[in-house]
Amino acid sequence: MIGNLQMLSGGNVNVMPTIRVQAEDFDVGAEMTALRAGNSKIGGIAAFVGLVRDVNNGAGVSTLTLEHYPAMTQKALVEIVDQARTRWEVIDATVIHRIGRLSPTDQIVLVLVASGHRGDAFQACEYIMDFLKTRAPFWKKESTVDGDLWVGARESDDAAASRWQSGQN
Amino acid sequence: MMLNVLYFASLREAFGKPSEHISSPLPASVEALILLLRARGGIWSEALGSDKRWRVAVNQEMASMDTALNAGDEVAIFPPVTGG
Repeated sequence: MIGNLQMLSGGNVNVMPTIRVQAEDFDVGAEMTALRAGNSKIGGIAAFVGLVRDVNNGAGVSTLTLEHYPAMTQKALVEIVDQARTRWEVIDATVIHRIGRLSPTDQIVLVLVASGHRGDAFQACEYIMDFLKTRAPFWKKESTVDGDLWVGARESDDAAASRWQSGQN
Repeated sequence: MMLNVLYFASLREAFGKPSEHISSPLPASVEALILLLRARGGIWSEALGSDKRWRVAVNQEMASMDTALNAGDEVAIFPPVTGG
């Protein structure tokens, strides 16, 4: 039944995005290969890989622990990708966010956006990251030799997300 | 019938529990729930003060103070998110 509907819609079929929350690391190359497999409409993929920075400036070993709200996370990420799709041509997308304990230089988040053209891919990728940072229910706790501290939200992240709503792009 | 109230991150640690059921009286809105929790005093009134930054989601959707609550709703209260 779904197959018939896709045929009737005439080619511009949106594929379900891949959205995962996992403790394990991810392989950017493998994810890109999977994203573009067999889809000749894709003209380019924009990628963003977020890494854990050494927030402690080398003064002591620090790690990050990522907590999330499982029932809401998937829903929030699907909604953010859907929103991007209403604004730009997004043929398919991959969003992977890691949870649990991470160390500086570890990969923490991956956003891939496949589109027919680079402009849409770049903008949708940035939009998804901006809203992931302000709407998806993840929280970072930093552990250093001086103790544990929940990372505070940054106003610059709110500003980054709100500029998409004020029509500047 | 009741509300299932969840706390995350720094609020979960401050309140010393990840969740609780709140049944009587059933708050009619997010604002009513927040007022009920603040009325407990101590860390509750402090962490949920109007000068503090916190967010509420109802049934996994971001909500505001005037969002209505119904029995069976899942209400999550958490600090501003810091993923990515």
